[in-house]
Amino acid sequence: MFAFIISRILQALPVMLTVALISFAMFAYVGDPVAIMLGQDYTEAQRQALIRELGLDQPFFVQFFNFVVNAAQGEFGLSYRLSRPVLDLIAERAPATLELALTAAALALLVGVPMGVYTGLYRNSWLSRFFLTFSLIGVSLPTFLIGILLILTFSVWLGWLPSFGRGDTVRLGWWTTGFLTTSGLKALILPSITLGLFQLTLIMRLVRAEMMEVLRTDYIKFARARGLANRAVHFGHALKNTLVPVITITGLQLGAIIAFAIVTETVFQWPGMGLLFIQSVGAADIPVMAAYLMLIAALFVVINLIVDLLYYAVDPRLRISGAKGAH
Amino acid sequence: MAAAAIRRFFDGDIWYSFTRSPVTVVSAIVALVCVGGAVLAPLIAPHNPFDLASLQLMDAFKPPAWDAEGDPTYLLGTDDQGRDVLSAIMYGARVSLLVGFCAVILSVSLGVTAGLAAGYLGGTVDAVLMRIADIKLTFPTILIALLIDGVVRAALPRDVHDQIALYVVIFAIGISNWPQFARTVRGSTLVERNKEYVQAARVIGLSRSRIMVTHVLPNVLGPVLVIATLNLGFAVLAEATLSFLGVGVPPTQPSLGTLIRIGNDFLFSGEWWITIFPGVALIMLVLSVNLLGDWLRDALNPKLR
Repeated sequence: MFAFIISRILQALPVMLTVALISFAMFAYVGDPVAIMLGQDYTEAQRQALIRELGLDQPFFVQFFNFVVNAAQGEFGLSYRLSRPVLDLIAERAPATLELALTAAALALLVGVPMGVYTGLYRNSWLSRFFLTFSLIGVSLPTFLIGILLILTFSVWLGWLPSFGRGDTVRLGWWTTGFLTTSGLKALILPSITLGLFQLTLIMRLVRAEMMEVLRTDYIKFARARGLANRAVHFGHALKNTLVPVITITGLQLGAIIAFAIVTETVFQWPGMGLLFIQSVGAADIPVMAAYLMLIAALFVVINLIVDLLYYAVDPRLRISGAKGAH
Repeated sequence: MAAAAIRRFFDGDIWYSFTRSPVTVVSAIVALVCVGGAVLAPLIAPHNPFDLASLQLMDAFKPPAWDAEGDPTYLLGTDDQGRDVLSAIMYGARVSLLVGFCAVILSVSLGVTAGLAAGYLGGTVDAVLMRIADIKLTFPTILIALLIDGVVRAALPRDVHDQIALYVVIFAIGISNWPQFARTVRGSTLVERNKEYVQAARVIGLSRSRIMVTHVLPNVLGPVLVIATLNLGFAVLAEATLSFLGVGVPPTQPSLGTLIRIGNDFLFSGEWWITIFPGVALIMLVLSVNLLGDWLRDALNPKLR
C-alpha cells in the first residue's frame, strides 16, 4: 500500500515537471516582464538592476531551478494586472471555487446515481425514457447556456434566486464560506446546478449502462434464486459492482468540473479562481496563468491518487493482488 | 457506374437503418437546414448584419415579429445596434461551423498520424506518443484552449492577434482533441498489423511508411468517421464557449457564442431574444449533429445489426 503510493507519486513527478516547464516557458518567453514592471520612465541602470534582481541574467536551467523551488513554496511573484502576490489572489478565491465544485459534484452523485439505478432497473417505464431524453439534452446543452436559461427563468422572470455573486459569506480563519448564511446558500443553487448538470447526466448514463450489464450476470441470478429481497439484490449486489467505473469517471470529472467552473463563474460572476483566470487570460497576466496551471496540475495528480486509493477500498480483488506485490 | 453506386447505397443496410429511425431523419433535416442556412447566408439572409450603411439605430431592440411591437421585416427581432437577429445567427453559424470543421480536420490529421505511428511502429514511439496523449487527456479541452489563447494574446500585439484570432481558436480546439483519435487508430492498427495482407505487403518488401499509408490506413478509418462526427458537435460547443468567455473569435466576426455573449448583457433589461435565439440555434445544430453521430455509430457497428 505504502509502496503503491510512493510509486504513484514518482510517476506524477515527470507530469508536474513538464507542467512546470511549460509554466516557466510562459514566464520567460512570453511578453517582457521587465518592461511591464518598469512602466514608462526608466534608466538603463534601473533596467539592468531589475534584470539582475529577477535573476534573468542567469542561465536557463538555473532560472528554471529557481522557478521550481519558488513554485514549490507557493511563490509565483506579483500579478501584472493587480500588482499583488499571486498566491494571495488565489488563496482569496479558492474557497469560492472549491465550495461550488464540491456542491456540484455532490449534486451530480446524489441525483445521478439513483437516476441511473432507476433507469437501469426499469428500462421501459415512461420515467426512464424521460430521464434519458433529459440526459441527452443535458449533454448537448453548453454549460453557459444552461446558466443563462436558469438566470432568465429564476432570476429575471420569477425573481426567486440571485443571478450573480456569492451572497453573504462568513469568515472562518482564512476560509470564507457561503454555507452558513441563507443568502450564501441561495446564491449557490443556480451555479451548482449549472456546473453539475453535465456530470449528473454522465453519471446517470454510466450507472445505467453498468447496471444493465451487471444484472445479466450469473451471481445476480443466483442471488435472486436464493430468495433475497429485490432491494438487497439491486443495491447490495448489483450497485456495488458498478462502483469502480463510477469512481473512475467521477474522479476524472472532478477535473472537468474545475475547468468548467471557469465558465460557470463567468456566467454568475462568482468570485472564484476561474473568474480570476479568465480575467488574467484577457489581460495576458502571465504569473496568474502560470500559477493556476501549476495548481490545477497538482490538483489532478492528487485526485488521480485518491481515485486509485478508492479502488482498493471498493474492489477486494485489487487488495489481494496488491498484497502479492503483483503490480 | 455512379448510378449503380447510388442504387447500392439505397439498397444497403445504412440507408435502411436511416429510414427506420425517425429521430435520425428529423435530425438530418435539422442539420441540413442549419448547415444550408449557414453556407448560403450571403444569398438568403434577409439582411446583411455587417453592412454598416443599412443599419439603423432606430431599429434597435425590436422584439420578434409576432410581438405586438415587432417589425415583420425582422422575424426574430433586432439587437442593440439594430442588426437583424436571424441574419446574425445565419452569419454566426457560418463562423461556428467553419471553426468546428477545421478544428476536427486538424484533430483527425494529428490523431490519425500519431495513432498509426504508435500502433505500427510500437516501441519507444508508441510509449512516448501515448504518454503525451495520457497527459493531454487529463487536462480538459477548454483549459488547454484558454491557455493557448492566453499565451498567443500575451505574445502578439492586439491588432495582429485580432487578425489571426480565428486560426488561434481552430488551432487551440484542434490540438486539444487529437488524443481521442490517436487512441482509436492505435487500437485498430494493432489489430490490422498482424493480419495477412500486412504481412504479405511486408514480405514483398514495401517500405514501412508505404504499408502504413496505403494498406493499414484505409482499414482503420471507419471508427474515425464516427468519432469525427461526434467531435464536430463538441468542437462547435468548445468554440461557442470560448467566444462566450470573450477569448474566441474577434467581435468583428461574431460566431453563435459571441452573439450569446453580446445578448447576455441585455438579459436583465428584458431583451431576451438577443441571446435566446442564437442559443436555440446552437442547441439545434449541436443536438442534431450529435444524434446523427450516435446513429452512425450504431449503424456502422456490425455487432448491433
